[in-house]
Amino acid sequence: MTTTGIPLLNIIVFLPLAGAIVSMLVPASAAKVWTRPIGMAFALGELAFVAYMVADFPRGKAGFEFVSSHSWIGQFGISWSLGVDGISLFLVAMTALLFPVAMFGPSWKGNPRSFLAWMFLLEAACMGTFLSLDLFVFFIMFEVTLVPGYFIVAGWGGNRRNYAAMKFFLYTFAGSAFLFVAIIALVVLDAPHNGGHQTFSLITLAKVSSSLPHADQVLIFCGFAVAFAVKIPLVPFHSWLPDTYTQAPTAGSMVLAGILFKLGAYGLLRLGLYLVPRGAADMGPVLLTLAAAGIVYGSIVTIMQKDLKRLVAYASIVDVAFIVLGFFAFSSQGVTGGVFEMVNHGLTTGAIFFLVGIVAEKKGTLRFSELGGLAKATPVLAAIFLTVVMSAIGLPGLNGFVGEFLVLVGTFITHRWWAVVGTTAVVTGAIYMLWAYQKVFHGPSLGSDAKVTDISWRQIAAVAPLLVGIVFLGVYPKPFLDRVTPSVNYLLAHVEQAAPNAHVPAVTTRHVTFNVPANQNVLSTATKSSKVAGGSGSGAAGTAKPAATSKGGVG
Amino acid sequence: MSVPSAWYLVLAAILFGMGATGLLVRRNVLVMFMCIELMLNAVNLTFVTFARLLNDIGGQVDVLFVLVVAAAEVVVGLAIIVALFRRRAAATADDIHILKG
Amino acid sequence: MNAAYLIVALPFAGALVLLFAGRRILDPVSGWFATAMAAGSFVCTVIVWSTLLGRPSTSRSVDKTIFTWMPVGSLHVSFGLQLDPLSILWSLFVTGVGSLITLYSIGYMRGDPSFSRFFFYLNAFIFSMLILVLADNFLFSFLGWEGVGFCSYGLVGFWFERNSAAVAAKKAFVTNRVGDFGFMIALFLMFQHFGSFNYSVVLAPLASGHATLANSTATFISIMLVLGAVAKSAQIPLYMWLPDAMEGPTPVSALIHAATMVTAGVYLVARAAPILHFSPDAQWIVASIGAGTCFLAATIACVQDDIKRVLAYSTVSQIGYMFLAEGSGDYQAGIYHTVMHAFFKALLFLSAGSIIHALHDEQNMKRMGNLRKYLPITFPAFMVGFLALAAIPPFDGFWSKDEVLAAAWHKSPVLWAFGIATAFLTAYYMSRQVRLVFWGKSRWNSAAAAHGAAGDTGIPLSPAAAHGSAAHGSAAHGGGEPHEAPRTMTIPLVILTVASAFGWLLNANFAGLDFINKWLAPIFPATVATPFTVSTGTKWILGVIATLVAFGGLFAGMGLWRRAVDRPELEPAFLAHAWYIDEGISATVSGPLARMATRFSFVVDAGWVDGLVNGVGRSAAGAGRQLRRLQTGYVRNYALAIGVGTAAVLLYVSMRAGS
Repeated sequence: MTTTGIPLLNIIVFLPLAGAIVSMLVPASAAKVWTRPIGMAFALGELAFVAYMVADFPRGKAGFEFVSSHSWIGQFGISWSLGVDGISLFLVAMTALLFPVAMFGPSWKGNPRSFLAWMFLLEAACMGTFLSLDLFVFFIMFEVTLVPGYFIVAGWGGNRRNYAAMKFFLYTFAGSAFLFVAIIALVVLDAPHNGGHQTFSLITLAKVSSSLPHADQVLIFCGFAVAFAVKIPLVPFHSWLPDTYTQAPTAGSMVLAGILFKLGAYGLLRLGLYLVPRGAADMGPVLLTLAAAGIVYGSIVTIMQKDLKRLVAYASIVDVAFIVLGFFAFSSQGVTGGVFEMVNHGLTTGAIFFLVGIVAEKKGTLRFSELGGLAKATPVLAAIFLTVVMSAIGLPGLNGFVGEFLVLVGTFITHRWWAVVGTTAVVTGAIYMLWAYQKVFHGPSLGSDAKVTDISWRQIAAVAPLLVGIVFLGVYPKPFLDRVTPSVNYLLAHVEQAAPNAHVPAVTTRHVTFNVPANQNVLSTATKSSKVAGGSGSGAAGTAKPAATSKGGVG
Repeated sequence: MSVPSAWYLVLAAILFGMGATGLLVRRNVLVMFMCIELMLNAVNLTFVTFARLLNDIGGQVDVLFVLVVAAAEVVVGLAIIVALFRRRAAATADDIHILKG
Repeated sequence: MNAAYLIVALPFAGALVLLFAGRRILDPVSGWFATAMAAGSFVCTVIVWSTLLGRPSTSRSVDKTIFTWMPVGSLHVSFGLQLDPLSILWSLFVTGVGSLITLYSIGYMRGDPSFSRFFFYLNAFIFSMLILVLADNFLFSFLGWEGVGFCSYGLVGFWFERNSAAVAAKKAFVTNRVGDFGFMIALFLMFQHFGSFNYSVVLAPLASGHATLANSTATFISIMLVLGAVAKSAQIPLYMWLPDAMEGPTPVSALIHAATMVTAGVYLVARAAPILHFSPDAQWIVASIGAGTCFLAATIACVQDDIKRVLAYSTVSQIGYMFLAEGSGDYQAGIYHTVMHAFFKALLFLSAGSIIHALHDEQNMKRMGNLRKYLPITFPAFMVGFLALAAIPPFDGFWSKDEVLAAAWHKSPVLWAFGIATAFLTAYYMSRQVRLVFWGKSRWNSAAAAHGAAGDTGIPLSPAAAHGSAAHGSAAHGGGEPHEAPRTMTIPLVILTVASAFGWLLNANFAGLDFINKWLAPIFPATVATPFTVSTGTKWILGVIATLVAFGGLFAGMGLWRRAVDRPELEPAFLAHAWYIDEGISATVSGPLARMATRFSFVVDAGWVDGLVNGVGRSAAGAGRQLRRLQTGYVRNYALAIGVGTAAVLLYVSMRAGS
């Protein structure tokens, strides 16, 4: 476990909160001039701390790093406990990257103080959700995201913003009721197995909850699954999404789609698979089916959309279905691919919504029937848009492909036909994305483009970090994968140990040893003693062996 | 010579019934207020009766509490009523139905 | 051997420079720069080739890993290059033909406002194509595979203001994605069975006979790979995109849609030969697809009026030959034909481009005629290409097609029959084309006038038009005489003419001249492609028949199209409409399928799914609306309710107490 002098994770959670407070406190007379620079300083400071964390994160380790734990409400076993592992590491990094872009890239009207304050509050809550190692903290942070989300949509959104914001809030809040019940049930039911002590600690719960009765695990997992399926959202729980994303302001769409989506997916992994592995293994096929159905259904519905922003919103449904597909494949490649997709989708969708916002700014409409030939007037915007579209389609060499391929190959080796269904998105994704691109940028130009100017340097600077991420992760994802895979393999070993029928092929507890601090180890000792060197999950050791030697692992 | 306890209780019941009926049928706010007082004191009477009967000082203590609360209530309630009459001279309870759904 | 890195690095650097600085580099400079990069890549390829040549034939395979791409658990994929006879052969003609066509484009694209963008795509294409063939594993090759698809998208849709070009670009990409679906499934299967994508792990043990593969596995993988190959190489049933792709500038048609990219499928099948070896079914499928496609496309080519569409269908048909050869087990013959086809088809397209250039964007052959008098370089060049394609001895096509047909005969006389029928049609439609373009009366005056009218729509059709008006003023539209193209365009024509006339010497099957066969021998040992021999006598007979048939087609075409231009009896509608296949598919997609999708979007999704959610909200609101009536606002009502409630509770308690 890395220990540093500074409480890094606490800073990462509280710095945006401080940013929110400070931006509110800027005097009204100075607000116009000073709010943005101050906000920028906080956002970049946050980014710097996160960058330091990523740089300092050791590769090849599976446990939680930078752990910070303080007792909070002792009698209920609630503690303020933060930690980061390979799975959450890059989600945090993506959050820290996307927020400054969303805050300062798109232009928005209205009160800058309250806008930035809500955005910072949202950032703090997202960070808290990703970093918390305590279910109570997780739940609070998870719910707090709704408040700024609501106000950003309702305050700065489109024509039907109130409807959209209300729907978003109520729908996801209703889902959270299930989460709350599941958390309470888990804590209460686990207490007898933990020597009678109630605890909300993620690690302790993971250790003991595998001794829960089978039926309880399944029920608790269902509670998690419903809550997160609404948040992700999985078809058929998706109908709040198109309205919300279409009505939200550009900045709102960017962070909602880029990050809030991921809270649900992350929760599914961290709470679902980690805490109730048997429930997850049992319900896996159901979620796989929902995901595969979501890919097909989402694709069909997306193809016929008549509005660019709505099309992009629907396309997100397909992308997140991929994430879930990967998770419940229970293979190293699938889950790693799912985690990769989470980051990808943040970058790609964030960039797309940003560019869509620019198109809306230039043309004043996003209806396909009123758009066309924009590439003539805005060649640079068109080129950037095409790059991002290609990333969304999954062109090899860009990030989208790596995630999509890992998910599909990981699913294929465990659940062949689901993967085959999922692979159809390769075709349908190209159809709707290219159709949208063609409608907006190709063909004879519609309306007067004489006054339309190309993307500005400020906007290019804002989107550039996302583009760099898109290309870098597509060409050289190794640094990323090296840090994610150990945590994923460890999680899968945990699942396999709790549910030997879960078909975890690429990583088996017999073959792998994990570099986890003793107090975090949730694998039972019986397995640890039978370490056998070599084997397939070599990511844990930081050195991958030639795949040929590990045929047995994938058969 | 002592009056049987039952008589006190019957008296209290009659007083309470008068108060409750009055509260339900009258529309003058001041009268309704007095009806409430009537009910409170009916209860007090019951308390005292039982305190004597069971030889338990607790009942009498409760009466003191009720008196204090009633006094406080009179202060607040009369203030509201005065404020109400200031706005409308001939106000009845039915005129105040802002809470109608 | 380090020149190997430069092979891919040079075009990559070229593409990067043009991407970021293209708009600052002026008109011809970026073209010359791109040409230099492509040519440099060719030189490096030659260096690598000569180095390999110096080695014994068994050790001509070098693997160079660049860096690790995707390491996840047992999955381990690298960016790596495999230099072996097959990949180097392909690289040679990709960079060679690629450099010539880049050079040609400098003249062709002059004056285009997006000049640098064009050369960015060309360099990026050459880079992707080199990755495709040089990769040392299937997944990295897939990166190149998709890369060429992307460049094809950008180049077909280069003049994106034209709706037809934008639609064609999208169609090409989406159709290729259908193939990619198959390719990806094949990759998944490969990972499941071999745990790797590396040629050294997947193919080498099979090729050396150290490992075998279950027939079903081999069949599944092969069929899925072939689905990918079929889409990229425009074979049945995914060939429809290629004729539409002619919307791109003509050099693009020559480079991507004739010489290189569309032969990627041929490469893939050849590369996967060790897997196909274990699946006779898959080989039959490849051969049948090839035979069917070459015949079908040839019939359609016979009635097209657009000079480029004839050549496009001809490309589809010729690639069918290559598949036929590969399916018949004679990979060398297929590859030989691929190389020869690259020469003469590039030549034909570039000549066609020169003609189109000369006529200011006229592509309809029925508005050409008599051009032999005006185009002294293009005419002989086109004629050589024509003779090579029509398989008239001793030009390129004759020799390679002969080998293909011999292999087909060995596989099955039925396949051979398709091939020989196609040979007749090929000679026929090409002589029809030559007759319409170069002989007869000049019909282009009226055409130019018509074009002038078309130009009023305000949509610039191509840089050639822009160039035309720049060079000749607006009067050019009225009646400017066709003129020969600038030297940057004619030099590649001359080189390719020579290659089309004498390129066959690379693999002549006599006097020990079969260089390609020898060079590829280590790739296709007996454990990969079961050797067979067709007796010399049979070969002679087959060759004579093929020659007679080719001449027959030639005379038929020349004779039938001697005078009249409009001969509807020779152009049946069902051929002009390409057997209604494309139209049928379009009707299905835009009809029932689109209706179904619309219903999904607006009835199922917006109505049912969202309706259910909103319905929950509405029912909650409705319940509230009913319940609010209880809140009268009258204090006495509330007091009564309290009283009644209290009484009820007391009653209940007393009854419970009593019982």
